[in-house]
Amino acid sequence: MCLALPVQVMELLPDNMAKVGLDGIFKVISIALVEDVTPGDYLVLHVGYALAKIDTEEAQRTLALIREATLGGAA
Amino acid sequence: MKYIDEYRDAKLVKDIARQIEAAVDPARSYHFMEFCGGHTYAISRYGLEDLLPSNVQMIHGPGCPICVLPIGRIDAAIELAIRPEITLCTYGDLMRVPCSNGLSLLKARSAGADIRMVYSTLDSLSIAEAEPNRQVVFFAIGFETTTPPTALALRFAIAKDLANFSIFSNHVLTPAAIKTILENSDVHPLGPIKIDGLLGPAHVSTVIGTQPFEVLAEEFNKPIVVAGFEPLDVIYSILMLVRQVNDGVHKVENQYIRAVTTLGNEKAKCEIANVFELRESFEWRGLGAIPHSALGLRSKYAKYDAEKRFEMVTPAAQDNPACECGAILRGIKKPSDCKLFGKVCTPDSPMGSCMVSSEGACAAHWIYGRFRRQGKADESWRTVA
Repeated sequence: MCLALPVQVMELLPDNMAKVGLDGIFKVISIALVEDVTPGDYLVLHVGYALAKIDTEEAQRTLALIREATLGGAA
Repeated sequence: MKYIDEYRDAKLVKDIARQIEAAVDPARSYHFMEFCGGHTYAISRYGLEDLLPSNVQMIHGPGCPICVLPIGRIDAAIELAIRPEITLCTYGDLMRVPCSNGLSLLKARSAGADIRMVYSTLDSLSIAEAEPNRQVVFFAIGFETTTPPTALALRFAIAKDLANFSIFSNHVLTPAAIKTILENSDVHPLGPIKIDGLLGPAHVSTVIGTQPFEVLAEEFNKPIVVAGFEPLDVIYSILMLVRQVNDGVHKVENQYIRAVTTLGNEKAKCEIANVFELRESFEWRGLGAIPHSALGLRSKYAKYDAEKRFEMVTPAAQDNPACECGAILRGIKKPSDCKLFGKVCTPDSPMGSCMVSSEGACAAHWIYGRFRRQGKADESWRTVA
């Protein structure tokens, strides 16, 4: 039940709905809880609603930070 | 899969585990509670405990909404669902939770009650719209992640003038539960529990942000790292906790920064505030009654509040006395400490709530953890390049 997944916005639909995709699977969800959604954005999907946008720059920065940590570098 | 596979890189996970091993002080122990069932699931599924040094212990917390719901609330929902005019809608995980008289929602449905499993509150609205002669009740459950969708469903129902839709609210609040656990960690009747830090919830924090945890970290001198649910997120967050403990600091850090901000989702918080108000007190399985730990519908929405509309009562209900869910939810006992575990209690025929949802500590341990080697974990990974 707590499962939430990152999905990509394919198409905006009327009434704050959007068609989203994950690895070739598509679904229509509500984006009423998230501001300024555009096609191509990644969203956290939970029980049919987007809860947040995924900040793609922060996602890359987190990975870079983790890789740096494996070298015994910065925290 | 984008933003999933990158955070499941096995080599990176092992590299971080080595960093943890290098960082820990061998003269002390580290006890970290993961509040969320999502973390419990990831730790079991990816075998992360086996990658940790023996003096770093993970404690499974109560962050599975199915597990913490007292069975009296499900008994009340079944009482409602057997009325001929009622259609009860709810999420699938709740269907198999054992409750009083050997019943569950699934068994009540088999006996003729109109109980339907839905993926989303939107589905329950569609049912109410399509069947105006039925009274459609959404059995709402969950932490702050599922609360905004329930709030929106109510708003949509009002906008569509759906007089046959109502909500049985069982939404609960994460910070209140964490506070109770930390307040009672030394003095609870079930026994003391050592907690050096917490993995904070990922998706709950997309809604409420990291700010509500700051007062807890400060008041109880415990580091809290809000962590994503993928294995790399979890193991790196444990490293962040180890570093805080070593440095003697207790702050809130945000590892899941790609989706979580300090203040969270203002729009979602606004939807919650418009529809819900704090309950004075709410009973949690394993934790008892916690003040201001749950949400009920505001009185102006009384006609959409199933508890008021149908004069529901929550019967006092006893858990199976042999079931250790209460102690497991508080991290005092492990699933394997329960004499029912794996004997009469399995995911196919659960006796307690922790065995129902995949995020429950018992179910996660049954599915992924029970084949772990007894005693010392396999050390061969440490030699992998």
